[in-house]
This record gives sequence, C-alpha cells and structure tokens, in this order.
Amino acid sequence: MKILVGYKRVVDYNVRIQVKPDGSGVVTDGVKLSANPFDDIALEEALRLREKGVADEVIVVAIGPTDLTAHLRNGLAMGANRAIHVTTTEAVQPLTAARVFLKLVEQEQPGLVILGKQAIDDDANQTGQMLAALWDRPQATFASKLEIADGKATVTREVDAGLEVIEAELPAVITTDLRLNEPRFIKLPDIMKAKSKPIATIELASLGVESHDHLTTTHYAPPAKRSKGVMVKDAAELVAALKQKGLL
Amino acid sequence: MSERETMEYDVIVVGAGPAGLSFAIRLKQLKPETTVCVIEKASTVGAQILSGAVIEPQPLDELLPGWRDNPPPICVAAGEDEFWLLNKTGGRKIMVPPGMKNHGNFIVSLGAMCAWLAPQAEALGVDVFPGFAAADTIYNEDGAVAGVSIGDMGVARDGSHKPGYTEGIDIKAKVTVLAEGARGSLTKQLVQRFKLDADSDPQGYSIGIKELWQLPAGRVTPGKIVHSFGWPADSHTYGGSFLYHLEGDQVALGYVSGLDYSDPNYQPWEAFQQWKNHPMMQPLLDGGTILSAGARAIVTGGYQSLPKVEMPGALLIGDTAGLLNVPKVKGTHQAIRSGMLAAEHLANNDLNAAGFDATLRGSVVMAELKKVRNIKPAFKKGLWFGMLNAAWETVTGGASPWTLKNKPDWSSLHKLGAQEEPKRDYLPRTLPPRDRLAGVYFAATEHDEDQPIHLHVADTSICVTTCAEEYGNPCTRFCPASVYEIVDDTAGKRLQINAANCVHCKTCDIKDPYQIITWVTPEGGSGPNYQNM
Repeated sequence: MKILVGYKRVVDYNVRIQVKPDGSGVVTDGVKLSANPFDDIALEEALRLREKGVADEVIVVAIGPTDLTAHLRNGLAMGANRAIHVTTTEAVQPLTAARVFLKLVEQEQPGLVILGKQAIDDDANQTGQMLAALWDRPQATFASKLEIADGKATVTREVDAGLEVIEAELPAVITTDLRLNEPRFIKLPDIMKAKSKPIATIELASLGVESHDHLTTTHYAPPAKRSKGVMVKDAAELVAALKQKGLL
Repeated sequence: MSERETMEYDVIVVGAGPAGLSFAIRLKQLKPETTVCVIEKASTVGAQILSGAVIEPQPLDELLPGWRDNPPPICVAAGEDEFWLLNKTGGRKIMVPPGMKNHGNFIVSLGAMCAWLAPQAEALGVDVFPGFAAADTIYNEDGAVAGVSIGDMGVARDGSHKPGYTEGIDIKAKVTVLAEGARGSLTKQLVQRFKLDADSDPQGYSIGIKELWQLPAGRVTPGKIVHSFGWPADSHTYGGSFLYHLEGDQVALGYVSGLDYSDPNYQPWEAFQQWKNHPMMQPLLDGGTILSAGARAIVTGGYQSLPKVEMPGALLIGDTAGLLNVPKVKGTHQAIRSGMLAAEHLANNDLNAAGFDATLRGSVVMAELKKVRNIKPAFKKGLWFGMLNAAWETVTGGASPWTLKNKPDWSSLHKLGAQEEPKRDYLPRTLPPRDRLAGVYFAATEHDEDQPIHLHVADTSICVTTCAEEYGNPCTRFCPASVYEIVDDTAGKRLQINAANCVHCKTCDIKDPYQIITWVTPEGGSGPNYQNM
C-alpha cells in the first residue's frame, strides 16, 4: 500500500510572527521556515505504518515555489521514499490544494492519504475534508490513534466530548491531531541518503486544476495592543473610576 | 553500548558563522575534490549569529568577487560616522578615531549574511548541517583530534532516554576546524588539553547585547553609524554603544560591556537599557517596536591573548581563536580572512594543520591585531588614561616597545564591600522591554524543557554560602537572560538554573568568579532563533 502525505512548509512555530508595516502580509524574509508540525506527525505515522509492514511506500507532497526542494529533502531524510513537488508561485487556498491532491491520488492510487488537521499558518482545517468529498472516500479527522487491519482504518478521534473511535474503509483520508505521535529526529546519515531520493516536479497548471481563489485577503494587522493599566490608590478611587467608565 | 554510527569527511567545520563558511567556500574553490561538512547547533544557519554589524568588505571581495551584484539581504553602504561621549543628560560629539571610520564599509545583519553564505557553500559541494550540535571532540590513538561527536537527541532531564531517543553520530575527519565563535565550548576543552594558551595571556571578553527596532517612518537615515562611550558606564567599566541605521525604518542597536568589570553588582543588561533611555536615544526609539533581541560574548584579548591556533588534527579560526579587532569594533573581516588563510594552508599542505599557527601569525590578520594590542588593556586604568593611551597607540601605529598584559575576566571582580561601589546614576526607564524575561521573548529562544541542563555548575553548594557572601551571586546579574536565579523555597535557598531561557552568549562560562560554570551544547537545534541579528 502507498501512503500519500501532505507536507506543507510554514513559518516555524518558534518564530515571532511580524506583520509587514504596510499590512500586505507577514514577514517571511530571513525567517525560519519548517514543516507544518501536524504534517510532521502525518509523515511520522506513515513511516510507522511502513515499518510495521502495513505500507510499502511513503510519498511526501508539497505545493509551492521552486525553493521547496530543501524542505522536501527534510521529509525524505525523515524517511519518505520519494517526493512530489507541485510548483506554483501563487499562494494556495484549501480547495485548490484538495484538487491538487485529488489529481495526485488519481495518478498514484494510494491506500491512504494522511494530512495534518490544519497548517499553522492559515489554520484553515479544510483540505482533508475537501479532498475526501472530492474523492468520495471516507474521512477520519483529528486522529490521535490509528490502526490499519483488513482494509479498514480504526481511528481514535479527538472530539469536543472526548475520544471517538470510528472505522473507515480504505482508501481514506486521515488528518492528524497533536497526540497521534511524536515525530522522530532526523539523523545525519539520512540527510545524505535523502540527496539521492527522487523528487518529481509537476507544474500546478499542468495538472488541469482550476485554481481561482475564493477568498481575498484584504489586509493583515497585529492584535491590538493592550492599553496601559491605571493604578488606583483605594477602593473609593476604583469605584469612581469604574463609574466614570459607566461600568457601575 | 553499541558502536556509534560514523560518517567520514576530509574536513569537518564546527560552526556556520562567517569564519567557518568562508573557510569551507575557500577550500572547495581551491580543492573541489575535498569533502567538507559544516555542522551548526542552531536550527537554521544564522539563527544564533548576533553581531552589530559593520563589516569591511575587502576579504569578501577576495572570497566571492561578484558578491556586490548579489549582496546579502540586509546590506547598507556605510554613511556618516558619529562618535559621542555621553553624560547622563547629554553628550558631546567628538572626532571619530581613524580606526572607526567606516567609509567603504557596509552595515549588514551578520545572521542574514551567514544564511546567504551557506547556500553558496552548498553550491560548491559543502554539506551544511544546521540543527546538529558538536557535543564533544574525538581523538585518534595517537592523541590527535579525529573529529567530533554529535550530541544525542531525545534525552530526558534525568538522563534517561525518551521514546524518540536518537543517538548522535561521530563525524571523523582528517582535520577538524573549530569556528565556534567567542568562547567555543569545544575550543575551551582543546585549549586546556593541548595547552594552547601556554605562551599567551589569558583570553579577554566583552558582552554585547543587541536589539533590532522598527521605528515610525522618517526617523532613520540609512547608513548612519553612531558609536558612543561614557555614560551609563562609570569611568572604570569599559562600555560603549552602537547604533546602525538600516533601510525600511529599522535600526540595530546595542551596548557592549567589557567583562573585565570589577563591580559584582554591575548588570550589563541594565546598562544597555539605560543607554536606550538616554535623552538623546529615547526620542529616536519611542513609539517603535522591538523585532528581535539577544546577546553574545565578544572576544577582545587580541594579539597578546591569541592562543596557538593549531594542534594535531585541528585548528582554530575566527572569534573562537580570538581575532576580533577591538578599537575597530569589528571581527567579521578577520574571521573571513582567517578562514580563507586556513583553507589555503590546508590546500597547500595536504590537509595537515601543522604550520597554520605560523602562517596566521605572519599574516595581515595578526599585523592588524599587533597595531592595536595596547588599546583595550589600558582602559583598565580608567577611561581618561585609556583614551590618551589609545590616541598615542593610534598615532604611533602600535609602535610602542611594550605590550600590556591581559588578565582573565573572572579574576577581575572585587568582593562585595572591597571597593566603593560606583555611583550608578541611573534613569527611570520608559522603553520596553520591562525586564530581562520580557527581553528574552524577542530572542525566540527554545529549549525542550525535558532535556539535561546544559549549564553545568560543578558545585552548587557554594552558591548560597561562599558566593553569596563574597560576591552576592553575580550570575544573577551578568546573565542577560535571567537563567540564574537564587530561589528561597521549603528546602531553603538554592540556585535555580532556568536553562530554557539561555541565549548561548557564554558570559557565565567566562565571568563566574569561581570558574565552575561550564556551558555545554544542549540538544541540537535548541537556543535562540534570531531574525536578522
């Protein structure tokens, strides 16, 4: 069985996000970029399934500009067999991403697609669900435990009420939650091995995917600064201040 | 335990800073068939580089002749130079010393510059591995350095192995090039093991604390370079500021304190904040926002403190050797030059480190240091003597027949009450950050809390006894990131080490008066994540 894994590059979770002074976006120049943490979890889960003998091939997929190669090499160093790089210079919205994955699913015929439940840049939480609908296959989102047997995935989902266990027939789409696993550390010799693993490059336009944006971003702004507090001497002054603000 | 996995290279470089990357680039230019790797403890190249920085471009011209057509992302031609002597309420503009004139130089972010150099090294076939920390040095049977071992990942605080435990590998090489920057943790071990400092003075250091600010439009003059000395430092503390105007309404600013200060109550971080709130600085910054902040030790011992830079199987380049030019307030050009010299030496000598010490000492790198060797040490005798002496040494081009001695920084602290405490005369502060913890936030430093503490204190029993009495726990003050704290809980007073705050500046390893703090590498990828520092 093949497993297709979404492997998006985002601004690293340790980076303090800064909005550009003109409000046109967030600063990404000179900023550390790395794999979406939920995608690292997705890849780890796929690798574990391969190590258990459930899968025989793990393919990482990223959609974006040409300099994503180094990012995909990290996925290969972690252990993926090969990578597919769908190139585009445009920002990709969830529906476009889902349509791209559908094309790749048709080409690769995987038994399982594992995606992060959301990416930490746009926090959309849509691609997995959209892909399942377009592909007309089952989806199991927010997985915190995954077992595969007899052509079925048994998935423990993290839902508001606690944990929910569902069964999904394969092929299926699974999206990962934080507690599914803890991704492995990359080993130096594996970085070297990854250099000779194949990365297939496909232009997004050549996939025949309709990629018009359904949403337009008007502007970005940092959260409003909290105004300074006022020190009051005693309870009477506090009451007066609250009254003045019309709160009492 | 099983045999550790091993990789082999002709040359391994420890540290992807200007020295290490220039070395790797030069060696590949000269001997493309040599296999070279560079390992870097930061999660990405440049994330733990912190410098002013105004650089002299000549060595870069030699290394990468076309670089001006494809400059690093932050690179502003130096404009007007200003030099100020400050007092608490104002200051006087004075003549810019010849060594500090920057016409023809560039203001860069050294972090961004290293991130720009790394792909150029990779294009030549160098393997650059960020996120891997060199935990230890390995040796051949004959005692020569044989490479480094990479630290294990996934070790819990108590030393047990977590589920993701991954054993580090050994990287073996014919030559190991240490390019760790000031007070390298492996260099420190090697200097002791091979007695590299037997014929030199002890090394000296300063601590530089820096912030990058975004200011309201219209206040910045790109290219302007301002240095100051005087207030807030007292006349017996070596301290000075830098302020570099960048493009896009940004300024890089910082304050450097000589770690040979003697007052155990001195706080380098507070001195920096004081300077920012000086009446000439405060209006510039007021209303701006901090983009990034951090700190790093700077090597200042110069000519008389330069250890032997070669040993069997290894050599030292850049600031870990100690090549910074103090009066010029620059080290990057020296780092690049020493890296290139080392590469040329190895290329011409069949990768044999022997003879590099003589090569470096006979080079322009050392000639430059010799000229200015007496300037910094004379400031120990006070600001005015230091300035007069600096003028003399500058006019004579360092021709004085004498060489002033350096003493180790840890030995310079006076005991509490042993001297009259200088009157600090500090201002109430209005600019952020409020305190060191608020400042550390802008360093984006990250250490997995569940890993062994990477600041080894050999004997914590003296902290609340001898040290508290003699020096009043100076570690709680010289650390710019509030790593060291004396807490008083049910078990009584004790030292608490907040290792996760550490910005890898190495000040504690240098300044601790008992010399019992050892900074070792934490898990690879841990530490500050500076942006454009």
